[in-house]
Amino acid sequence: MALNAFDYAAPQSVDEAVSLLQKGNGKVGILAGGTDILPQLKENRRKIDLLLDIKKLPEANVLSFDASNGLRIGSAVSCSTTYNHPDVRTRYPALVDCSSLIGSVQIQNRATLGGNLCNASPAGDSPPAVIVLGGVCEVIGPNGQREIAAEDFFTAPGRNAMEAGEFLLAVRFPAPVAHSGAFFLRFIPRNEMDIAVANAAVSLVLDGNTITSARVAIGAVAPTPLLVAEAGAALVGQTISDETIEKACVATRAAAKPISDMRGTIEQRVHLTGVLTKRAIQGAIERAKES
Amino acid sequence: MAAQEEDYLGIKDYKVIGTRPIRHDGVDKVTGRAKYGADIDLAGMLHGKVLRSPHAHARIKSIDVSKAEALHGVKAVITVKDLPLQEDKIKDLGEGAANLMDLRCNVLAENKVLYHGHAIVAVAATDANTAEEALELIEVEYEVLSPVLTVHDAIAEGAPLLFEEQTTKSLGEDTGKKSNITTHFQHKLGDVEAGFAQADVVVEREFDTATVHQGYIEPQNATALWNADGQVTVWCSTQGAFTVREQTAQLLDLPVSQVKVVPMEIGGGFGGKIRVYLEPLAAVLSKKTGRPVKMVMSRTEVLQATGPTAGSYVKCKMGVSKDGKIVAAQATLMYESGGFPGNWAAPGSMCIFGPYNIPNIHIDGYEVLVNKPQTMAYRAPGATNAAFASETVIDEICEELGVDPLDFRFQNAAKEGSRRADGPTYPRIGNEECLNVARATDHYKSKLEGKKRGRGVASGFWFNAGLQSSASASVNADGKISLVEGSTDIGGSRTSLAMQLAEVLGLQATDIKPQVADTDSVGETDVTGGSRTTFATGWAVYKVGLDIKVQMIERAAKFWEIPKDDVKYEDGVLSSVSDSSKTMTFAELAGKLDETGGPVMGRATVQPPGVGGAFAIVIVDVEVDTDTGKVEILRASIVQDVGKAIHPSYVEGQMQGGVAQGIGWALNEEYAYKEDGTLANGSLLDYRMPTCLDLPMIETHIVEVPNPGHPYGVRGVGEVPIVPPPAAVANAIYDAVGVRLFDLPMSPGRVLEALWKKA
Amino acid sequence: MAKKVHITTTVNGEETEFLCEPRQTLLEVLRDDLDLTGTKEGCSNGNCGACSVLLNGQVVDSCLVMAVEMEGQEVTTIEGVASADGLHPLQQKFLEHAALQCGICTPGFIMAAKALLEAEPNPTEERIRLYLAGNLCRCTGYDKIVRAVQDAASVMSKA
Repeated sequence: MALNAFDYAAPQSVDEAVSLLQKGNGKVGILAGGTDILPQLKENRRKIDLLLDIKKLPEANVLSFDASNGLRIGSAVSCSTTYNHPDVRTRYPALVDCSSLIGSVQIQNRATLGGNLCNASPAGDSPPAVIVLGGVCEVIGPNGQREIAAEDFFTAPGRNAMEAGEFLLAVRFPAPVAHSGAFFLRFIPRNEMDIAVANAAVSLVLDGNTITSARVAIGAVAPTPLLVAEAGAALVGQTISDETIEKACVATRAAAKPISDMRGTIEQRVHLTGVLTKRAIQGAIERAKES
Repeated sequence: MAAQEEDYLGIKDYKVIGTRPIRHDGVDKVTGRAKYGADIDLAGMLHGKVLRSPHAHARIKSIDVSKAEALHGVKAVITVKDLPLQEDKIKDLGEGAANLMDLRCNVLAENKVLYHGHAIVAVAATDANTAEEALELIEVEYEVLSPVLTVHDAIAEGAPLLFEEQTTKSLGEDTGKKSNITTHFQHKLGDVEAGFAQADVVVEREFDTATVHQGYIEPQNATALWNADGQVTVWCSTQGAFTVREQTAQLLDLPVSQVKVVPMEIGGGFGGKIRVYLEPLAAVLSKKTGRPVKMVMSRTEVLQATGPTAGSYVKCKMGVSKDGKIVAAQATLMYESGGFPGNWAAPGSMCIFGPYNIPNIHIDGYEVLVNKPQTMAYRAPGATNAAFASETVIDEICEELGVDPLDFRFQNAAKEGSRRADGPTYPRIGNEECLNVARATDHYKSKLEGKKRGRGVASGFWFNAGLQSSASASVNADGKISLVEGSTDIGGSRTSLAMQLAEVLGLQATDIKPQVADTDSVGETDVTGGSRTTFATGWAVYKVGLDIKVQMIERAAKFWEIPKDDVKYEDGVLSSVSDSSKTMTFAELAGKLDETGGPVMGRATVQPPGVGGAFAIVIVDVEVDTDTGKVEILRASIVQDVGKAIHPSYVEGQMQGGVAQGIGWALNEEYAYKEDGTLANGSLLDYRMPTCLDLPMIETHIVEVPNPGHPYGVRGVGEVPIVPPPAAVANAIYDAVGVRLFDLPMSPGRVLEALWKKA
Repeated sequence: MAKKVHITTTVNGEETEFLCEPRQTLLEVLRDDLDLTGTKEGCSNGNCGACSVLLNGQVVDSCLVMAVEMEGQEVTTIEGVASADGLHPLQQKFLEHAALQCGICTPGFIMAAKALLEAEPNPTEERIRLYLAGNLCRCTGYDKIVRAVQDAASVMSKA
């Protein structure tokens, strides 16, 4: 597996990075962890002239929490740094769920949540959790900084909403409210290493046994990860019960538009969407009750 | 089988055999010093890469390599025209026969490409990246043809033929019928019609198994130097340096003495590293460039273009009397040969009813061409597919009769004197002993608690191989022995061989320095495969030991000036029978060789006939998630008759490794093809082998029923462990959730479909 | 061919310099330019762990790390695990437990297990299996590998 020849740059400032990206005229690959872009380059699915390493940018290495601004994770922060961070562990366990499932420990020590989002795989393990947690993508480009809500970040398989010359600097999450809980899980044939056949994330807020707000997202069953508004709506205002949960599952199964491929058939994936929705809701409820 | 003199010595108090010394190559392997094939680096070395077919089935209309040749850094470009023509002759390679024409066309295609990934052009350049760039400049014009991907497709009326002139040879005769079926054979015993007529319970089922790969972690590699004096040296990772020499010399039309193969350490083989793919290409590229050429496959090339094992269709029918005796068994085995004729239904047919004593058997075997890479051996080739069928049918029968599956197997157990359908009668075997041990294991006796959990068992048989081996050894002045043997070491065999030599001579394992030598330095030795190494090369080192012993006795006699028969050799100590004050250790005598006649060396070459077959029973507990179809392996045990475990840790390792592979074969491994016949999952992301999170500890129970054909009772151990697991897992799934699966793999999607069908 | 870059890095505790093209992975440079062939290539895309090395103490797949990124970093390979005093407990226990058959995956496993035991001195079996799931072994079925790691952990925590 050989790569075509390209140059490498590791700018120390965002301005420099933006400038290099712009000059590169579409033939620049952003390098954070490298665990998606390198296989793509090796398999000739992508050809670049410049590999632009963002790991030296201070803004891309931020990992901080405060009660008013919430959590900010720079796009160069590795999955393992993310899931080992005490604030992430205690306040955003759904991010621990997804970042600890991507690949193996070796992959997690390099891959970043930001990179996983930008790769925009329909089966990506970070998008559903990031979406339900209200993640906001902070993007920088020649026209300055802008924000894109996570649910709007994915436009097609492998395609994200950033314009030419833009790259992701960080993802921001609001501070969790009391009695909220979120959960992510996926289905794979083995116990590690596989691409998800289906995945789901739920975030909800409880008032006693009533769900006062809910977000449900599914992945690997459509061209992009999906925020399923109908599923969240089916939960809001309802008391926790099997019937309530099933209504949300009906909604996610209906929203799922999977393909049949070597990883799963349509029937299997639609079915799994329902199974995972239920398990994600149950997991989120348990966490909400503990919080 | 003719009666043989018992070679088994019946030793009860081994000094070295049965212990667990650290393997001699261990330190190098845990420190990264051991040199595997891809680690080699030679002065002036070029790098070779291969252009492979993007189509599963196509005629090659033209090849234009001019732009590749013109690329700066490219030193040579070759096609099949650069390989000398061969006569159509069969050469026995140990595991499977090879037709040289087919071998030639497989390493570089001629006229037609027969599978996705089939090699067409090879390039040598100053570095690997340049070689890859050169490949992109080669222009090949294809006439794309329809592929056939399963035996069902391949045998259908009007199916596209891989070879237009291929006819079926049935029962030894050419039928003249043009077909993708190359061979049909039969084995018959008794009268199967009459048998079924008597049966009270008859079960017949059909099974389909997907193509799976051996999955060795080290890709194929070969480095060759065609020197200015015409001598060709090949460094590679192989299961058999001598078969590589043979194949390479044949393809290059050279006498074997002009080719030297240096076996590097090997990172797994399981039957897949016996055939050559890169060696002849590297050699011809070296001839054209005058420089050494190194070639290493990528993982994708390994999956696309080496030798996965046969996918298959198996129909199995068994009849039993109501008191639990199998009265008739019938099977049809249709195995995929891949793009060239193969021979894998044959071993399958030898093993399918192997664990049982059945009076009436009828087996039909078919070898079928399909547009997939040429099938190769994968650990007991053919037997796992067959056992998946027969052991599932037996499970159904046991359920219908209401009998315990191990009791049923015991009641019908093959034993010494039982006859197999393919002809041989069994010598002393350990089948019943294994069944008894299995019944008594804590695993089998324990109660399985919990919902959707089940237990399954299955038996397996593999005949093992003997073939030929050579070895030699020199006695060093300090009493240590340098042992030279030709069995490439995939799993600790050099230590097992050193231990056998140490045992003969009454020395320690650490007194022996074993090394695996190249084809100029050791006598001809057949492959490390067929579970033959500890047995056959063990025979060779045993005889080397006897040879040395005789000479050392002579030397002691000379030294003490006494007759030879007055010298006693016991536990590494030589002494005079008549004068006990005359005594020397082996090491002391070794220091006196110069003065008693010079160096002492031992040598032996063997073709041992007394191969011992192996039986294994696997017990598996599973839990099925009926919402997702996922099957979790909770507990796995294997009981196996090994004859004698020379180094128990490495015997246990073979048992565990085979079970792990069998579980992967059962649950998730398969070649997935697109409509156009191209391989969809040519990477380890989607060719899903078990990780250590997918398996529990694997409990091993070594049974030792000595093989009468080996001085220490050794039976081959490497292959039989992979035979029972898929059936055991299938039977466990049935026990857990009441559905039977008849296709491999039993992936979550298939389990779900079976559950939905049942509901 | 892109111009080669000069990199100064630390490999196995020694300051090391090399020239590389930006497109070369750390794995290639270790094996082809630095003669550290103990790190193996099994799949080239992060699915088998045979190429595992420690990068600043963390285990990574070197086939997915670019050599140019190594400026000022610290890399530990299998060649740097034993010391002048002898084998590392993991290496010793792999030998005692026969946790290797063909040995090709062994360097990768030792690097990953070393990282595990440095972070978690007393891992459970489940935790060991989870941590090592990125390392494929086709020969052993993992049983003896897990036992070797458990034994090494026990020895190291007493030291």
